[in-house]
Amino acid sequence: MIIEYTIPRLDFSAAGKASTDMKRRLTQLGLPPALIKRVAIAMYEAEMNIAIHGGGGRAEVEISHDGIMTRFIDHGPGIADIELAMQEGYSTAPEEIRDMGFGAGMGLPNMKKNADELIIQSELNKGTTVQMYFKLPVGEQ
Amino acid sequence: MRATEIAHIINAEIITGKDLADNLDIGTACGSDLMSDVIAFVKERVALLTGLTNPQVLRTADLMDIRLIIFVRGKKPSEEMIQMAREQGIVLMRTRDSMFVACGKLYQAGIKGDSSY
Repeated sequence: MIIEYTIPRLDFSAAGKASTDMKRRLTQLGLPPALIKRVAIAMYEAEMNIAIHGGGGRAEVEISHDGIMTRFIDHGPGIADIELAMQEGYSTAPEEIRDMGFGAGMGLPNMKKNADELIIQSELNKGTTVQMYFKLPVGEQ
Repeated sequence: MRATEIAHIINAEIITGKDLADNLDIGTACGSDLMSDVIAFVKERVALLTGLTNPQVLRTADLMDIRLIIFVRGKKPSEEMIQMAREQGIVLMRTRDSMFVACGKLYQAGIKGDSSY
């Protein structure tokens, strides 16, 4: 099963809809609450990044019998230094975003903490793809 | 501590979720205007105290299973936020206290935060 979401640029009443929708779907599937929370948190951070930095984009979520694969794709400015962006507290978010309670530099570290695998591919002026994988406990569908 | 008791301690008006507040048991609290920090650190049965009033506060609460949001400094949530809270089963309160004073009163009344991160 593949579910797709569109993430609009700088639309903060829409940002977060993909992750809250996925949280409900996974709850309906009866997956463990701790896993659902990890997926929802990581997806939310990725969604906010696309809305704030990526100029909008899309998300794809694939649920299979052994795991949940999420891909976040944008064609924004790209990340100049991924290693630096992974550091807690580092942020390039503008002031108005910080005023909304974001831009604390916790996004990528939060994704890394919650996903079982995180792969970031980014090219300057071309865009960024973030892939996160979550393993399902053995025996779950 | 029940959410209704919390409202009494900080003299808060319950904006929505009066029916839920009676049975809502709160273990600890988090005072923050930084939603990224809330996402990174919050644990279970938490009340969120914040001065931010944008829909992302509700989204953050929904993601983190936060059932009580207290707006400090007399901040008023928008109709959109109140509607979201109703749909999500989240209790909203509003106090005229500052963040510092509201947190202080709750701490004194026995709600302890996580002491370190």
